[in-house]
Amino acid sequence: MRAFTYERASSVEAAAKAAASNPEAKFIAGGTNLLDLMKLEIETPTHLIDINGLGLDKIETTADGGLRIGALVRNTDLAAHETVRRDYGLLSRALVAGASGQLRNRATTAGNLLQRTRCPYFYDTNQPCNKRQPGSGCSAIGGFSRQHAVVGTSDACIATHPSDMAIAMSALDAVVETAKSDGSRRSIPIADFHRLPGDTPHIETILESGEFITAVVLPPPFGGKHIYRKVRDRASYAFAIVSIGAVIQQDGTGRVAVGGVAHKPWRIEAADTELPKGARVTASALLADARPTEQNRFKIDLVERALGAVIAEARD
Amino acid sequence: MQFDRPATTNPIDRLKVVGQPIRRIDGQLKTTGRAMYAYEWHDTNTPYAYGYPVGAAIAKGRIKSIDISAAEKAPGVLAVVTAPEVGERKKGKFNTAKLFGGDQVQHYHQAIAVVVAETFEQARAAATLISVDYAEEKGSFDLRQAMDTAVKPASGDPDSGAGDFDTAFKAAPVTFEESYSTPDQSHAMMEPHASIAVWEGDELTLWTSSQMIDWWRSDLATTLDVDKEKIHLMSPFIGGGFGGKLFLRADAVLAAFAAKAAKRPVKVALPRPFMMNNTTHRPATIQRVRIGAQRDGKITAIAHESWSGDQPGGQPEAAVMQTRLLYAGENRMTAMRLATLDLPEGNAMRAPGEAPGLMALEIAMDEMAEKIGIDPVEFRIINDTQVDPEKTERPFSYRNLIGCLKTGADHFNWSARGRPGSRREGNWLIGMGVAAAFRNNIHFPSGARVRLNAEGVVTVETDMTDIGTGSYTIIAQTAAEMMGLTIDKVAVQLGDSRFPVSAGSGGQFGANCSTAGVYAACVKLREAVSQKLGFNSADVIFENGEVRSGNRAVPLAEAAGSKGLVGEDTIQWGNLTETHQQSTFGAHFVEVGVDVATGESRIRRMLAVCAAGRILNPVTARSQVLGAMTMGAGGALSEELAVDTRRGFFVNHDLAGYEVPVHADIPHQEVIFMDETDPMSSPMKAKGVGELGLCGVSAAIANAIYNATGIRVRHYPITLDKLIGGLPDVA
Ligand SMILES: Cc1cc2nc3c(=O)[nH]c(=O)nc-3n(C[C@H](O)[C@H](O)[C@H](O)COP(=O)(O)OP(=O)(O)OC[C@H]3O[C@@H](n4cnc5c(N)ncnc54)[C@H](O)[C@@H]3O)c2cc1C
Ligand code: SF4
Repeated sequence: MRAFTYERASSVEAAAKAAASNPEAKFIAGGTNLLDLMKLEIETPTHLIDINGLGLDKIETTADGGLRIGALVRNTDLAAHETVRRDYGLLSRALVAGASGQLRNRATTAGNLLQRTRCPYFYDTNQPCNKRQPGSGCSAIGGFSRQHAVVGTSDACIATHPSDMAIAMSALDAVVETAKSDGSRRSIPIADFHRLPGDTPHIETILESGEFITAVVLPPPFGGKHIYRKVRDRASYAFAIVSIGAVIQQDGTGRVAVGGVAHKPWRIEAADTELPKGARVTASALLADARPTEQNRFKIDLVERALGAVIAEARD
Repeated sequence: MQFDRPATTNPIDRLKVVGQPIRRIDGQLKTTGRAMYAYEWHDTNTPYAYGYPVGAAIAKGRIKSIDISAAEKAPGVLAVVTAPEVGERKKGKFNTAKLFGGDQVQHYHQAIAVVVAETFEQARAAATLISVDYAEEKGSFDLRQAMDTAVKPASGDPDSGAGDFDTAFKAAPVTFEESYSTPDQSHAMMEPHASIAVWEGDELTLWTSSQMIDWWRSDLATTLDVDKEKIHLMSPFIGGGFGGKLFLRADAVLAAFAAKAAKRPVKVALPRPFMMNNTTHRPATIQRVRIGAQRDGKITAIAHESWSGDQPGGQPEAAVMQTRLLYAGENRMTAMRLATLDLPEGNAMRAPGEAPGLMALEIAMDEMAEKIGIDPVEFRIINDTQVDPEKTERPFSYRNLIGCLKTGADHFNWSARGRPGSRREGNWLIGMGVAAAFRNNIHFPSGARVRLNAEGVVTVETDMTDIGTGSYTIIAQTAAEMMGLTIDKVAVQLGDSRFPVSAGSGGQFGANCSTAGVYAACVKLREAVSQKLGFNSADVIFENGEVRSGNRAVPLAEAAGSKGLVGEDTIQWGNLTETHQQSTFGAHFVEVGVDVATGESRIRRMLAVCAAGRILNPVTARSQVLGAMTMGAGGALSEELAVDTRRGFFVNHDLAGYEVPVHADIPHQEVIFMDETDPMSSPMKAKGVGELGLCGVSAAIANAIYNATGIRVRHYPITLDKLIGGLPDVA
C-alpha cells in the first residue's frame, strides 16, 4: 500500500471540491474493495476522500412512487428494507446472494456498483493486464478464463463485472444520480453507466474525474415475480459463474439481466421482448454476439438453462 | 520402550479417561483468543520488526540483477536481504525446491528477497519497490504434455505386482479400463505460514507454525549452516497444516536471515497467495485403472498406474499405494511414473497417495460393479482380503472393511438407492454413492517426559504438535489413565524443541505414536514412584490419585515429595509392521442433489464409518473425520489449482479463487466408529483417523453424482460445466 492522505468530507459540495483539487484522489465508502486493491497496489490513490459522513445513507420514496437509495446505504440495510423486500424483491435477493454478512454490513450501494473485476490476473501484479496496466496485454485470453466474459468482450479484455446487486439494478432500470466536481448533478440510466472494455478496459464507467454517486433511484414497482438465480461452484461466498435477475409477469412478459457474462450487467431490451417465447429464444437474443473462450463456452448453455429454470419458477 | 510384541492388557484398557468423550483441554484458550499462534507472540518489551517476502515473478530462470536501492530508502526500512546476496545454501533434507538463496528461480513466487521495516505496512510497501531483471527460461508446466517424458522414479517403490496381470486381464470374462485425473490441490489451511526469529549471539529462537519440530529444526540448521543445538524452536499452537507445515518453509528461513540483518527480532508471515505458489501442494495426477473379474464379481486382475510431476529431484504422488492392499485378486500390478515439471514443489497433503488414488480407484470400482451388475457395496465385500494380496503370507493385523460397509449401508438406508437418473425431487436429481476408505497405519518413534510434582500434578512434555487435531487432549488422557488421575491433574506442554522428540503430526500417525510415547514415559514414571516407595512395580495400582500395593496406599502427591519425580522414554517400533499389514478402513456414503438445470451439485448428507483401532477420544476423533469429509467435499466439487501452462503458475492463488467448502456446502454429516482395538499397533491399541476420513470421500460424491444424473465424470473437480451437456432438457 502506498502512503496516502485522508480527509473526511462533510458535505456533497465539499467532497466534490476536494475531488476537483486532486485528480489522484479516490472516494472511499465501505472500503471493502478499495482497501484490498490498495494493499496490492492495484489502486494507488494519493488521497482518500471519505464520503461516509454526507448523510447519503437514507432510503426514501420518490414523488412518482419509486425509491431513492442513498449511495452510502449499506448492502445489509438495503436488502432488509421493507419496501425493497416487498416491491423490489429482486434487489433484495441479489444483495443477499453476494459476499458474506460481514462484508454486506460494510459494503455500500455506490461501492458495490463500482467494485472492480475479480479476474485473477488483474489481482496478480506480476502478470500483464490491460485493465491494471493499459497496454501490457491480457493474460486471461489464452489463459485461465473459466470465469470470464463471453459477450461484449474485446481483444483487450474479457473480464466480467462481478456485482450481484448491479444485475438487479439493471433489470429494474435504476438511474444513477451523481455530483460532479464542478457542483453540477446528473442522472445516468444504469444501462449507460458501465462501459464495455473496448480498447480501454481500465475505464469502467462513464463517471468523469471527481464525479461521484449520490444515490441510485428505482422507478415505481413493476409487480411480477422477482427472481435472482445465482449459479456457482459452492453454495455461498462465491462470485457468480452466471446469474439471472428477472422480473416476470403472469402473462410471461418481463425483464431480464444476466451476470457473470460481460464487463457490465448484461441486458438487451430486444431479449426482454422474447421472454414469453421461452428461455431458448431469449438466451440466443441475449448472447447473439457471444465470443466465449474454450474454457467458458459452457456459459452459453448455462445461461439458457438457468433462465429456463427461472421462467419455470415464475410460472409455479 | 521397544514395542515388538502385540500389546496385552495394560492400564490403558481401564478406559476411565482414554476413550472418553472429553472436550479439548485447550478449547477455552482457543475460543477466548488466548492460544498464541506463531505470529501472535508478543512481548511488549521486544522491538519486533516486520519482514515482508518478495516472490519470483517468473516460473523459471535466473535473476540477472536485483535493484533494492529504492526499497532501502523507503520509510521505516531496516534491511533488505536478497537471495543472490545470501547465495546458494544447503537444502534441508525434506525440501525439494530450495527455500531461499542463490540466483536461480525454480518456480513462481519462490522467495527472492525479504524486506524488513519498523511496521508491516512499511515492509510491504517497500517490497513493491524492488525491481528484478530476470533471464527467463522455458519451463514444463503441463502434466498431460509431459506424460510421455515421465520416468520410473529412482527411489520409493514405484512398481509392484503379483501373478500375471496381462494374461489374467485378457482372460477375464468382464473387463474394465478407464482413465481419471485429479488436479493440483492446495492445503489452504486457515493460519498462513509464519515465524518470529530472535537471535541472541549465535543462538536462534524461532516461534513458528510447524507440524514437525525436529524436522524443521534439523533442516533450518542445515539451511542456515548453524549447529542444530543452537536453534530453539517453538510451535505450541498451529492453525491447521494438512501437510503444508510438515517441512521447513520459507517464512522460517527468511525470518532468520532478516533478524540477523536487521539485528532485531523479526516477524514474517507468508501472504496468502504464497500458500499456493511459494509452498507445496498436492500434485495433480493422471491415473489409469484396469480391472478384470469373473461374472460372480470376483476380481482376477487389477492394475493401477499413476502419472504425476514434480520439481527435479522430487517424488511421485503415490496414488497407487492403496491398490496394492485394498482388494483381493491374484494377478495385479501398480506403477508410478514421474515427470519433471517447473511448477511449485509437489509434496504431502493430507493422506498423500491414498486421497487422490482412491478418487480414481473408487470410481472404477463403482463402474465395474455396474458393469457386472452387482451392488457396489456387495462388490467390495466379495473382494475383501484378510492378507496382503501381493504377499499373501502377510496377514492384516486387524481388518474390518466389511463391517464398515455393512454398518454404513444399514445406517444410510443404502437399499433405497435407485437406478442412475431415476430419482428427482423438484429441480433436484438425487443420488447416492459409496466408496471404501483405506489408509495405512504408520509408525515413528516418539518420546515424552512426564513430571510428577508435590501437588500430585503430572506435566507432560513432548515436542509433539497439535495442529487442531486434539493432541493436547489425548495426551492428557493417556497420562491421566496411566497415572490413575483425573484429567484436570494433568498439564500438557507441546511443540518445543527442548522437549523429547516425538513422532510429530502427519500421516495420521501422530495420535497413536505420540500417546504411545507418553505411555512409555508414564511406565518409567510409575517405576520411579514404585521404586521410591519400595513397592514391587509388578503389582502396584495407580488409581484415584493414589498408588497402591497390597494394603498400602500413598497419594501420588506424597510419593512425589518436594523434589518430584520424572519419567522419560521413547517408544520404538519392532517389526510388527513387517510381519503384519497395519491399515485403517472405512466406508463413505453420500447423498447429493444435482440441479437439473444448472448442474450444481450440492451434498445432502454424508456418513463415514471408520475402523481405526481404539478411538482415544470420540469427540476429537469425530471432529477429525468431519473435517476430512469436508475436505473431500471440496476435492470432489470445487478445489483445483488452475495452472497457467504458458507462464507456469497457479492462477487462483487466494481463497476467493481456490474454493474450499463453506458452511452452506456441508449439511448433515455423521460419523460411526467401529468398536475395535488393534494390539499390533501400539500399547494404545489405536490407529489413526485424521486421514482415513478423507480417503474415498470424493469418490463417494462422484459416484453419487453419477447415480443422480447418469453422467460419469472422471476428472475432478466435478464442476457444473462437466455435467450440463448431459443433463435433461429444461427449456
Ligand atoms: C471476499 C469478498 C467476497 C465478495 N463477494 C461478492 C459477491 O459474491 N457478489 C458481489 O456482488 N460482491 C461481492 N463482493 C464485493 C463487494 O460487494 C464489494 O466489495 C462492495 O460492494 C464494495 O462496496 P464498498 O462500499 O465497500 O466500496 P469501496 O471499496 O469503498 O469502493 C469501491 C470503489 O467505488 C468507489 N466509490 C465508492 N463510493 C463511491 C461513490 N459514492 N461515488 C463514486 N465512487 C465511489 C471507490 O472509490 C472505489 O473505487 C465481495 C467482496 C469480498 C471482499
Ligand atoms: S481479462 Fe481484463 S482484467 Fe483480466 S487480464 Fe485480461 S485485461 Fe486484465
